[in-house]
Amino acid sequence: MSAASEFVPLQQLRSERGQRAVFCGLTGIIWLHRKIQDAFFLVVGSRTCAHLIQSAAGVMIFAEPRFATAIIDDRDLAGLADANDELDRVVTQLLERRPDIRLLFLVGSCPSEVIKLDLSRAATRLSKSFEPRVRIRNYSGSGIETTFTQGEDACLAALAPTLPVTAEKSLLVVGALPDVVEDQFRRLFAALGIGPVNFFPPRRSTELPPVGPGTRFLLAQPFLADTARALGERGAVQIPAPFPLGAEGTTAWLQAAATEWHVEPGRFAAVTGPGHERAQRSLSRHRDQLAGKRVFFFPDSQLEVPLARFLSRELGMQLTEVGTPYLHREHLAPELALLPEGTKVVEGQHVDNQLDRCRAERPDIVVCGLGLANPLEAEGLTTKWSIELVFTPIHGYEQAGDLAELFARPLNRRLRLAV
Amino acid sequence: MKLTLWTYEGPPHIGAMRIATAMQGVHYVLHAPQGDTYADLLFTMIERRDRRPPVTYTTFQARDLGSDTAELFKTTAREAYERFQPEALLVGASCTAELIQDDPGGLTAALGLPIPVVPLELPAYQKKENWGAAETFYQVVRTLAGPLAPPPGTARAARDPARRPRCNILGPTALGFRHRDDVVEITKLLATLGIDVAVVAPAGARPADIARLGEADFNVVLYPEVAMQAAKWLTRMFGQPATTVVPLGVGATRDFVREVAQLAGVDPTPALGEDATRLPWYSRSVDSTYLTGKRVFIFGDATHAVAAARIAAEEFGFTVVGLGTYSREFAREVRAAAEKYGIEALITDDYLEVESAVAALHPELVLGTQMERHIAKRLGVPCAVISAPVHVQDFPARYAPQMGYEGANVVFDTWVHPLMMGLEEHLITMFREDFEFHDGAAASHLGTVAARAPSAALADVQASRPAPQLAAVTASAPTAAAAAATPATIGWDAEAEKELQKIPFFVRGKARRNTERYAAENGVATITVGTLYDAKAHFGR
Repeated sequence: MSAASEFVPLQQLRSERGQRAVFCGLTGIIWLHRKIQDAFFLVVGSRTCAHLIQSAAGVMIFAEPRFATAIIDDRDLAGLADANDELDRVVTQLLERRPDIRLLFLVGSCPSEVIKLDLSRAATRLSKSFEPRVRIRNYSGSGIETTFTQGEDACLAALAPTLPVTAEKSLLVVGALPDVVEDQFRRLFAALGIGPVNFFPPRRSTELPPVGPGTRFLLAQPFLADTARALGERGAVQIPAPFPLGAEGTTAWLQAAATEWHVEPGRFAAVTGPGHERAQRSLSRHRDQLAGKRVFFFPDSQLEVPLARFLSRELGMQLTEVGTPYLHREHLAPELALLPEGTKVVEGQHVDNQLDRCRAERPDIVVCGLGLANPLEAEGLTTKWSIELVFTPIHGYEQAGDLAELFARPLNRRLRLAV
Repeated sequence: MKLTLWTYEGPPHIGAMRIATAMQGVHYVLHAPQGDTYADLLFTMIERRDRRPPVTYTTFQARDLGSDTAELFKTTAREAYERFQPEALLVGASCTAELIQDDPGGLTAALGLPIPVVPLELPAYQKKENWGAAETFYQVVRTLAGPLAPPPGTARAARDPARRPRCNILGPTALGFRHRDDVVEITKLLATLGIDVAVVAPAGARPADIARLGEADFNVVLYPEVAMQAAKWLTRMFGQPATTVVPLGVGATRDFVREVAQLAGVDPTPALGEDATRLPWYSRSVDSTYLTGKRVFIFGDATHAVAAARIAAEEFGFTVVGLGTYSREFAREVRAAAEKYGIEALITDDYLEVESAVAALHPELVLGTQMERHIAKRLGVPCAVISAPVHVQDFPARYAPQMGYEGANVVFDTWVHPLMMGLEEHLITMFREDFEFHDGAAASHLGTVAARAPSAALADVQASRPAPQLAAVTASAPTAAAAAATPATIGWDAEAEKELQKIPFFVRGKARRNTERYAAENGVATITVGTLYDAKAHFGR
């Protein structure tokens, strides 16, 4: 898209390499298994993989989880056991235990990639035994290939070729959103007369959305490069838009679909006006506290650029550095265009150098991962855990105030505490 | 390949991180892909550490695999040395880097750094976290203290009587279950005996402290899972004896006092006072009658599980119905302990196996890890946590050791808290079926846990009232074992059903299940009042 080359030079955009302090793509299982309620995620990996998901899931041990790890051991590596036979055995054991599962993902990891265990062949082979009761797909969440939210991208991209076909003109919203947010958007699209509207991923694997040349899709998340490409291969066409964060972002995102569906401006204003106004009202409660505050982003979820845009334009915050693990130039072009001129955007990471820069900047609030947050707090900096921005409903009008509050609360806490 | 839902231990390099993070002046360079850095948050979030663990990861990616990951490791190690200026460097690989065989030890040796380097070989596909911690501590001790060891066969000189005896405390790590407070408590206990602590390691020790471990008269091994291997090496190389008793519980603390007094050549009496702890009197006081014979299930690391069993049996008067560990390295010790209670030890790291054992044994209290807490919560059984794996709740703000005499006080409170108090239990019997105090009202000590829906078995008779907490617990245990024991063909006649309702609600579920089990085992198709009392006689203790 030409828009990208037009706007990017306005920013100081650079890449750096070094130690990265980010999650791998396996972490996406935490929210994907809550979203797709009849899916099970079987990581084929090491004890480290199992420990990672359990630690990231931490407090979520309420019920038997719909994820597990097939832990590779030295027998598999020494060739004493055939890894494929072993995997078949584990999958059979799992599906016997969980007859409610309709969709099973074999999720590749660093070790399975390095030993070149072909999970796509395994998925095809196992499908023969278990379809139609259970569909079996595979994707990689390995840290050597994916960073954090890219796990969702890989998962959706693996599903895209199997979506049913349609010729009908329809809107597809792509990227996992909390059900409550999905329902809000569904109501807005219905009021705008845009439809049929489908969401991807669906809540149940039996409700996979159809896709075809009539499909127009809006990305709800900025990290879905491979999914967008895979949908493109099915003939679907992306509607470029900023992401639906904040009042402005949500309106622009809805507007992009409205334009595609030729919704009359009057109708658009009537439908979106109340939500937009409510969002602005809830944002105004936090603006006094946040305006003028300097924010520094460590790379985490790829949501950093849209969030930075929201914080700077709707809350008047100043952007000292916007780190992001990857920057999809094309998908983020509309966002980059909205950033203040000269914003320092850094792709990739050298965590020690970045910490040096952060300390030198002394920002009012640092958005960072859980490994860095307490150490920075101990140094007197105020932090916001970035992972909460992925686990919490933040998209759309009704969540705009909640999103602002996530940034206001750490500052508020520092003000209140007298110890 | 093994299907794993939850793990009790992380991979061995997490054990190495627990050693590195506990120490001062060391840095660990870990050859690992991006994503493995999640381990930092265990320390910064669960333990609320105010510093990043001293670990630098190479975070290689797929594109690096095609080029030179060995060069990446060397660059990372050199830069980490320059930036952090450690006094000793640990190097090693996580599971993925182990597969690409870059030899971090050899690569670091080639850098010629002017500090000791400890290469760690931690086979990630065979071993687990505690083994990794023990191996790392042993390698650190060997590398740093080894050069100072006397020639083999040298007899250890007797202590100069003018100098107070001194020992090292070995084993406390980062992310350890109450290690922080145990060290304080045991240091105090040793002080009452006139014994000085030379070095605590690994927690708080610098490389120079490790180098002088051999100077102490003996070693106190607080956590055998971590320190046993290093302590044995110190015995061999420096002639330093080591303690064998872990001071968990009143009896074990007294045994420990006698052991260290003997090793130090001092009088144990000052640390054996009757008033050192409240546990013995609390357990003998009448309110504790309700504890007598309560059935407990115990699971944890070997040290804490074995100690908990002794405390449960000897210091609370509980009946130990289950004892197990995920520490396969110490399976022998746990099996031997289980024999004392006439049961078979459960040695497994399979969470599902533990869950079905708990369900089948229907204990009245579970003493376990955070995993068992979830199992117990699901089955509705009270639970107290006695062992790692740790959770943010296992790092309380208050002083809460497990070891020594204050530790025994803490243990008493911790274990009794989830149970009803004696008087409380008595009142429930007195007021049963009172209109304001009925089985639908959740017990206050279970706090916010709402009354659960009646199980299918109870639904027919109890449709009009919610099932009680404790009865629902025992009755609705959703296990295959329980279901198998009560085939649907067994029915209750109306009279028996009515009689069952007269049994206090908090044991009614158990009575129902036991009666059905008795009926199943004896081929009784319809349970009558007679069957109910036959079963009571059969299972009565």
